[in-house]
Amino acid sequence: MNSLYAELQWLPRAPQDFAQRLKAIGVSEEPLGLELQSLASHALDLNQLTKLAQTIDRSRAAGVSLQPLTPFRLAVLSNSTTDLVNPALIATAARHGIALEIIQPAYDQVAQEALTPNSKVNTSRPDAVLFSLDYRALPLKLSIGNPDAAAATVQGAIGFLLALRDGIKANSNAICIFQSFAPPVETLFGSYDRVLLGTLRSLIDGINHELAAFARTSGDIVLDVAGIAETVGLADWHDPQLWNLGKFAFADQFIPLYADHVARILAAIRGKSRKVLILDLDNTVWGGVIGDDGVEGIKVAQGDPTGEAHLAVQRLALQLRERGVVLAVSSKNTDEIARLPFEKHPEMLLKLSHIAVFQANWNDKATNIQAIADELSLGLDAMVFLDDNPAERGLVRQMLPQVAVPELPDEVALYARTLAAGGYYEAVSFTSEDLNRAGLYRDNASRADLQRQVGGVVAYLKSLDMTITFMPFDATGRARIVQLINKSNQFNLTTRRYTEPEISALENDAGIFTLQVRLSDIFGDNGMISVVICRPAGPDGWEIDTWLMSCRVLGRKVEQMVLREILAHAHAAGVTKLIGTYRATDRNELVVDHYAKLGFTELTAEQSGLTRWQMIVDGADPEHAPMTVISTGFAGVGRSIE
Amino acid sequence: MDEPQIYERLTEIFKDVFDEDSIHVTPELTANDVAGWDSLTHVRLIVTVQKAFKIKFTTSEVTKMAKVDDLVRLIKVRA
Repeated sequence: MNSLYAELQWLPRAPQDFAQRLKAIGVSEEPLGLELQSLASHALDLNQLTKLAQTIDRSRAAGVSLQPLTPFRLAVLSNSTTDLVNPALIATAARHGIALEIIQPAYDQVAQEALTPNSKVNTSRPDAVLFSLDYRALPLKLSIGNPDAAAATVQGAIGFLLALRDGIKANSNAICIFQSFAPPVETLFGSYDRVLLGTLRSLIDGINHELAAFARTSGDIVLDVAGIAETVGLADWHDPQLWNLGKFAFADQFIPLYADHVARILAAIRGKSRKVLILDLDNTVWGGVIGDDGVEGIKVAQGDPTGEAHLAVQRLALQLRERGVVLAVSSKNTDEIARLPFEKHPEMLLKLSHIAVFQANWNDKATNIQAIADELSLGLDAMVFLDDNPAERGLVRQMLPQVAVPELPDEVALYARTLAAGGYYEAVSFTSEDLNRAGLYRDNASRADLQRQVGGVVAYLKSLDMTITFMPFDATGRARIVQLINKSNQFNLTTRRYTEPEISALENDAGIFTLQVRLSDIFGDNGMISVVICRPAGPDGWEIDTWLMSCRVLGRKVEQMVLREILAHAHAAGVTKLIGTYRATDRNELVVDHYAKLGFTELTAEQSGLTRWQMIVDGADPEHAPMTVISTGFAGVGRSIE
Repeated sequence: MDEPQIYERLTEIFKDVFDEDSIHVTPELTANDVAGWDSLTHVRLIVTVQKAFKIKFTTSEVTKMAKVDDLVRLIKVRA
């Protein structure tokens, strides 16, 4: 079974201590809305949802404010047992910013409740009524091969639904939410059931069609249960045993998914659907890293499986834009380089004119997303941020919890599907204003001011639980060292390329100091991310011949830690000064201030853009970043320091 | 899977389903002994057990289940 939908895989997994965190929510003077919403924003199973709903009910009963969640009273009228579904609805609604209260009349009293003015539902003044009906609720008479009888049956079913609606409209004037009907899997003729009028499949097709046509003009809302059931598979959706045992309309494993779809509709009614899609670029909009691979090297073309997967992301973004979603970019790149594919790559579907706010720089992404929100004058709760990098997703979730950040699978072909599955842009209507919105924002927006930093980056770095490992060059690391030396363009001070035999020779050269650096964090092992080569310069100096780093770990203060390591070895070797060189290329502007930022003193600057820098070893003390340091394999004793 | 392992896993599931940390799962435990073990929670318990042990009970097994021992014996055969 495909678990993307049943397990809500666009949401982060629930924390291990979920139950304890729920229990810790006591009676409080403070409004609980944000805390409940943050707990609800994980992929919760039925038992977790039930417990969360109990906490919400308990808090409400104790008079605790659920602000800033928006109150919503929903009556659920059903021909099935909704006792397990209702708690899931309450908990899931919190995920979508809604404090949901459910009015539930006695089992299978749909018509009585809708049509009687003083029924429980009508007297309780709900904001909306959900007709949670499945095909078993309809007056369906098989009329095989009889077109007139089939048409009459379809009209009869629609008439029944409209009578319910009229009852609610007359008696409480609540919004009516209908469900399309998931057809049962059992056929009589096989494929011919689709063709022949009067079969169950054909009747339900007709009813769904008529229901949609009615809602288009009446303004009533349709929850597309047929679509949900088809998406996950009708054979899994319908569980005859559960119907017989407890009158459950569909399999329990889909209750979280169903609840999420209901909650999306309620949020859309309250205007809480999201409005902006913020896209990362490298390995999200295209395959590869533009700063390293160049316009020719990135994968974004038809005929290449990876390229086509990224094109699917672009296509979905473009289609969302056509229906009114505003597009923005947040990328760790030099601005001009990040724009190149949009301007130069013939197969890019997205163009710069589609992007309302384009933020390519080296700031952390939380800062950039805040800047995008400010620029568009929209709240953070209107934003969705799509990024392949789990560390970036984690940072944004932690620092800007209001932003929706879909989890992405390892499989790039599923990026577009996962974004769509999240249902961030649920709508209950569509107007001509929606068509124009994306353009309006584009006109109003200019490049945002990025100077303001969102606080707490150090705390975030600490929470990454990083371990940095330093080793001299060795045979095991050789292939990756050679690859980094010949591929890295952006964070590369001198861009000197070396062959494998040349690197191999360095391994046993006692006069040369080499470093291979690895970094792991809570998201996993980043592998080798930095390489340094130092050669003797004069009697007591080291010339930093090569210093490069993977841009994946930018902003982690890895550079400072690498410098600390170099200094320690220099000191032990009796070296008194380090000489650094920056050789400008058309790709490495990123590190033009590298040595200045680390506290080196400038010696010379040439016309060519080449600058030379010096640091006195004695007394140098670069910033210590929060990570565990392991230094091993060097001549002398290995050490491990915190 | 042997019996102690099944009871260990069932204890976790019961705690989760009934939201009660002090629950003690024994062979003779029945719905009458646990607050909140009504017919609906029974279905929730059954679907949770099925998911945890990756098994499926038949309709008659579900309806005939009277005490925890019945449940454990079925799990022993299937899981």
